[in-house]
Amino acid sequence: MIKATNVTKRYSQKLALDAINLSIPKGSVFGLLGPNGAGKTSFIRIMNQITAPDEGQVFFGDRALQPRDIARIGYLPEERGLYKKMKVGEQVLYLARLKGLSTAEAKLRAKKWFERLEMADFWEKKVEDLSKGMAQKVQFVTTVLHEPELLIFDEPFTGFDPINTNLIKREILRLSEEGATVIFSTHRMESVEEICDHIGLINNGQVMVEGPLLDIRKRYQNGTYSFVVKEAVEHWGEGTLLEESKHHTGNNYTVKFESYPGMVVSELAAKGTLVAFEEVLPSVQDIFIEIVENGAKLVPHE
Amino acid sequence: MNNPILLIIQREFLSRVRKKTFLLVTILGPLVFAALLIVPGILASMPEDDKKIIVLDEAALIIPEEGRGEYQLEYLDPRENDLVTAKEFFAESEYDALLYIPTGENWDPDFIKNNILLFGKEDPSINMVQFLDGILEDRLNKQKLLRNGVDPEVVAQSATQVSIQSYTVGEEGEEEQQSATGLKMGLGYIAGMFIYFFIFFYSVMVMRGVIEEKSSRIVEVIISSVRPFQLMMGKILGIGAVGVVQFVIWVVLSGGIYLATTTLLFPEMLAEQAAAGPGGAEAASIQGFEIFDQLRAINFPLIIGGFVFYFFAGYFLYSAMFAALGSAIDQEADSQQFMMPVTVPMLIALVTAANVIQDPNGPLAFWMSMIPFTAPISMMIRLPFGIPIWQVFVSGAILIGTFFTMVALAGKIYRVGILMYGKKITWKELYKWLRH
Repeated sequence: MIKATNVTKRYSQKLALDAINLSIPKGSVFGLLGPNGAGKTSFIRIMNQITAPDEGQVFFGDRALQPRDIARIGYLPEERGLYKKMKVGEQVLYLARLKGLSTAEAKLRAKKWFERLEMADFWEKKVEDLSKGMAQKVQFVTTVLHEPELLIFDEPFTGFDPINTNLIKREILRLSEEGATVIFSTHRMESVEEICDHIGLINNGQVMVEGPLLDIRKRYQNGTYSFVVKEAVEHWGEGTLLEESKHHTGNNYTVKFESYPGMVVSELAAKGTLVAFEEVLPSVQDIFIEIVENGAKLVPHE
Repeated sequence: MNNPILLIIQREFLSRVRKKTFLLVTILGPLVFAALLIVPGILASMPEDDKKIIVLDEAALIIPEEGRGEYQLEYLDPRENDLVTAKEFFAESEYDALLYIPTGENWDPDFIKNNILLFGKEDPSINMVQFLDGILEDRLNKQKLLRNGVDPEVVAQSATQVSIQSYTVGEEGEEEQQSATGLKMGLGYIAGMFIYFFIFFYSVMVMRGVIEEKSSRIVEVIISSVRPFQLMMGKILGIGAVGVVQFVIWVVLSGGIYLATTTLLFPEMLAEQAAAGPGGAEAASIQGFEIFDQLRAINFPLIIGGFVFYFFAGYFLYSAMFAALGSAIDQEADSQQFMMPVTVPMLIALVTAANVIQDPNGPLAFWMSMIPFTAPISMMIRLPFGIPIWQVFVSGAILIGTFFTMVALAGKIYRVGILMYGKKITWKELYKWLRH
């Protein structure tokens, strides 16, 4: 859906994006992750054509990104807001028309969304008379109303209350199922791990790692396994015990090995005490720290 | 496909025109304006209380004079009174003022002129003092002339008032027009003032709009749909349209109210005006012809054309600057220190207006109307006086050129500024944004 090649963006003193290459597959839920100031917002603004890259190119589908593609993108910026003195309905229609919808079409769709999210009675109200949570719903509707093929959410869950966060997560996943490509940008990596199928990790303007989330986590597997055993286990042979806890079916051990612990598993299995055995994949957070400290692992040849 | 600039213009226009304050200002404005025109007339036509002045004229300087209009003079007998008894009498009387004219040794006019006293129950009005001054000076002058052996009648007859009839000669042919300096001054000044207020009022409105979008954080949502430049121009054009509508309503309403009140409520005032002046109706019709002649002396198409041009060009120039300014700051409170340098040229144009009027073709007037930042006001003041047409075109060309440059520069600052939060802005910083 989006392919960035060599995209570079400089601000007066700072290199915000340093020749990044990134591809965001069609239909994916893509997590654009990295700490604050990593360059996420710079990249998002380039996709939205708010700013232009100094070097490099962005492709939308199979051709270069064009001004009219704006109508096919829905963007919820980190800094968001609405005209306070304007009526909700009018405002939704205005923003939809700026994205190229006709008034009639915008009205039809807006009414549907307002029904769906139980906000039909907002229509005639002014934004300044809405509660924060209500305004957040309005903001969400304005982002998706023109049925964009690409949805970009910059720090979507900061500033949203928990009820809206769940509601919006649900709606976003629904849109994804209907075929939209979704980009989540956030510095709180754990918050989107569960919903992303692809990620790109950015630090200091560079892509540290990108690809399908599961592949990446497997690549960064570091020999950690979890065991649930009925009896207490004292010795783990080659392995180092990292963590131990009680489990309702036995004891839960997290152990790190240098290589695949086939021997340990078969011994426990033979005793008949092994309830569960599982490879522990590192969290995105762990991977990020690992990369920052030790550099990225190369993609193995297939 | 919707044209985004049109959509933005539409929103900017409607959101302001539908506000209650717009309605209020638009309707109250002409009322206040009309009141300013009418109320002085009403007040002036109201009969005032007569003022009675008691005079102790020891010098027998003005004695038979009975006063004029609201001022009535009556006399105390100088043989039976001095200043002390006169004051006592005055304090208990119903007279409004006491005038004391002493007689010096040898009846010396220079002594008298310096020792005339006026006492009032309250502060004597300037009008009263002027009225008395006039009488006293007239009498003293005559006495001095007599003493020097000159017949005041001769002096009165030889007093001459010159009325110069001035003409302007066109460069080609013998085309002559009668000048109407007073009317031109008024016209130029009013047009200049209007332009000043229009530019200032609506440019600041543009700045407020930009700050509002920035501080409510909607700006990033909008510019993910339209170019920042489109947003800026849409705002400038939309608010300009508000200004034009308001201006037209004001002119029509003010004129309507003025005409309605003067013809319906005060027909006698008009009649009085017509009948006033020596010679009555005949003179009035001559006056009428004079005004007609004066109006003919003014190139109205040029002035109206110039007004419309400088009105818009000046507004665009300044509103672009104010838009850039608004984009650079987060809060309106921060705007003051940056507004100052931007508004100074307009203030200079206003302050020098009197000098420009005095010498509409002098170097100050010329340069002020060439510099694009002062031209909208200064050139408007000069226009009624008939200036070389090439100057109008050069000034207009410079203004248009500056306007386009300024819009481009403002667009650059605006593009960076609207996404910049929490940064203390300096001029150096703004310059950096220009080169982004």
